[in-house]
Amino acid sequence: MAATPAIPRRGPDVAFIFKKALISAVVALVLFSLMIGVRTEAGPSGQLIYWTRFGDLAAMVAVVFGGSIVMELLRYWWGPVDTVRIVPDGAAKALAVARRGIAPVLLIFTFLVPVIFYDQRYILDLGILVLTYVMLGWGLNVVVGLAGLLDLGYVAFYAVGAYSYALLATTYGLSFWICLPLAGILAAFFGVLLGFPVLRLRGDYLAIVTLAFGEIIRLVIINWQDLTGGPNGISGIPRPSFFGIPLTPGDDGLAHKLDIAFSPTHRIVFLFYVILALALLTNWVTIRLRRLPIGRAWEALREDEVACRALGINTTTTKLTAFATGAMFAGFAGAFFATRQGFISPESFTFQESALVLAIVVLGGMGSQLGVALAAVAMIGGFELFRGLDQYRMLVFGVAMVLLMIWRPRGLIGHRAPTVYLRHNKTISAELVEDARA
Amino acid sequence: MSRDDILSVENLSMRFGGIVAVNDLSFSAERGKITALIGPNGAGKTTVFNCITGFYKPSAGTMRLNNAGADMRLEKLNDFRISKLAKVARTFQNIRLFPGMTALENLMVAQHNALMKASGYTFLGLFGVPSYRAAEKRAIDLARNWLDQIGLLARADDAAGELPYGDQRRLEIARAMCTEPALLCLDEPAAGLNARESAALSELLLKIRADWGTSILLIEHDMSVVMEISDHIVVLDYGVKIADGTPQEIRDNPKVIAAYLGAEDEEEAIAVMEADT
Repeated sequence: MAATPAIPRRGPDVAFIFKKALISAVVALVLFSLMIGVRTEAGPSGQLIYWTRFGDLAAMVAVVFGGSIVMELLRYWWGPVDTVRIVPDGAAKALAVARRGIAPVLLIFTFLVPVIFYDQRYILDLGILVLTYVMLGWGLNVVVGLAGLLDLGYVAFYAVGAYSYALLATTYGLSFWICLPLAGILAAFFGVLLGFPVLRLRGDYLAIVTLAFGEIIRLVIINWQDLTGGPNGISGIPRPSFFGIPLTPGDDGLAHKLDIAFSPTHRIVFLFYVILALALLTNWVTIRLRRLPIGRAWEALREDEVACRALGINTTTTKLTAFATGAMFAGFAGAFFATRQGFISPESFTFQESALVLAIVVLGGMGSQLGVALAAVAMIGGFELFRGLDQYRMLVFGVAMVLLMIWRPRGLIGHRAPTVYLRHNKTISAELVEDARA
Repeated sequence: MSRDDILSVENLSMRFGGIVAVNDLSFSAERGKITALIGPNGAGKTTVFNCITGFYKPSAGTMRLNNAGADMRLEKLNDFRISKLAKVARTFQNIRLFPGMTALENLMVAQHNALMKASGYTFLGLFGVPSYRAAEKRAIDLARNWLDQIGLLARADDAAGELPYGDQRRLEIARAMCTEPALLCLDEPAAGLNARESAALSELLLKIRADWGTSILLIEHDMSVVMEISDHIVVLDYGVKIADGTPQEIRDNPKVIAAYLGAEDEEEAIAVMEADT
């Protein structure tokens, strides 16, 4: 598909681009002639009145014509992954340096966010939201990116984590730091529970069953009113304490103990660092696991399950550990979500959340930690950025997704870094790596 | 039986619905020797392989693997346990490497079970305990040694999917050897190789037999390879064993020639053979 052309082309093929633009314009003309060109309405006495808007139609067709040319040119200059690109050498080198530096710079910036934006509650809240999705993306990346198991019901484990914390904290009064591992363990248990029936499934079939599993969990939460409060949810979930010291204005609060003026921002900043720590833990564990035999077995499973069995790898436990590990991180994130919101209801755990997290993983490039983080920033942050565009927000978003999939069909960072090497740590082109769609 | 057999297959049958792919087959493979399983297309060779390596559960019969005094009943083990416990490794007719992983990583995955134990089933490995690091280093050394044996040391860090076809075949054999098998089963290792690559393959297999003492069972259509390296040949046709013996015996067996040349009956085959000589 994106094979390297034998002879690098010199300049853009003008005739081809014009032909393509012309065809697009004709298609647009046919499509829009009735949709935009003619406007019909029911008149006062019920008769049909219509008028023409050929000016708008012409503008629309012109936009399609121009857009097609621009798109072809952009595609030509940047190209899809691994084709010959006409980017100048110097620029390519600068890009490579920027690429290497992006992760540390991003990390340092993230650490400084509460310092820089201390007065801007909105930015801090957004930062917490983005980090939650970064963590969810990294967690799902274990299942989808590494093990190649397409999971559309990831939100179920997020819900299990959130409800575990909410119920344990409100019923038994356990603190956040005790509940956090419990929520992770419970979610991992549910991951194994889901894993068993789907062991034999792959690809689309697996996706459908996991989707159903996500819905089952949500419906159980809605209908099991005695335990979960049903659609009313659970409110009054305790806020996290600073390792036992509450972040309240009272005498036993942290502010009083440190002898500083109380501010509600303290809690937000604290929450920010908690989710940052949790996300970094997820990242650290995933990177370590990838270099351990279990991680290599996950990737081998994604590449070829039959070969794994022939090599004596227990594919059952390998799959279950992938589900359990991914679910555990979702459980942590869920517990954090519950403590941040103070209130949870089934509405927070719809299929849309699963789809969003999966979109982050796919967009970021399956298996790439940095890619997933960038995608989460772009998806969640970008969505907020375009809030001013009102109803066009989804449109902008959709166009951005389509463009990204044209240029980078394997996600922002599609190539794979080897887990072990003798001499050169070469990255492996995305074309060779299997993905969960297979 | 005086022979020291590593594998003895007795009365093996495999039926798929009404089709009998393998019918009451008995043969054995001697320890430290190369045994070839040959026969025309559709004779049931790969089915026998899939039974031995646990991908199919045979309809009837027993398969005994005798390794280091331990007697294993292969038909009672399933799936990955054949490789893990009975130490039977295999390669595939259509290469099944992990194309997106490097050659080195492919060989590391093959050492999964040993490394898994060394990493304390992941928990110790997560914290990088020294004993795991040492085990990983040994695993890399073993992989490096195999890459050297198959002449792919220079391409250790290239993706397996990028390697030329012949290299992929050799890498798959090296990967199977990294599981440290007692019996190595090769399904048409010379398929798609040119004459020079076939000769190199023969050399590699002879070296494996000589240096590691690994017993080899192979399916092969390339008669130059089979006749050159096999110690013993079993011939299948329509799921039934029609001959069993040394390469010379097989070469002279009229039934085998009939099966391959499709002669009307044996007498005709004998006539053909006599006309040849």
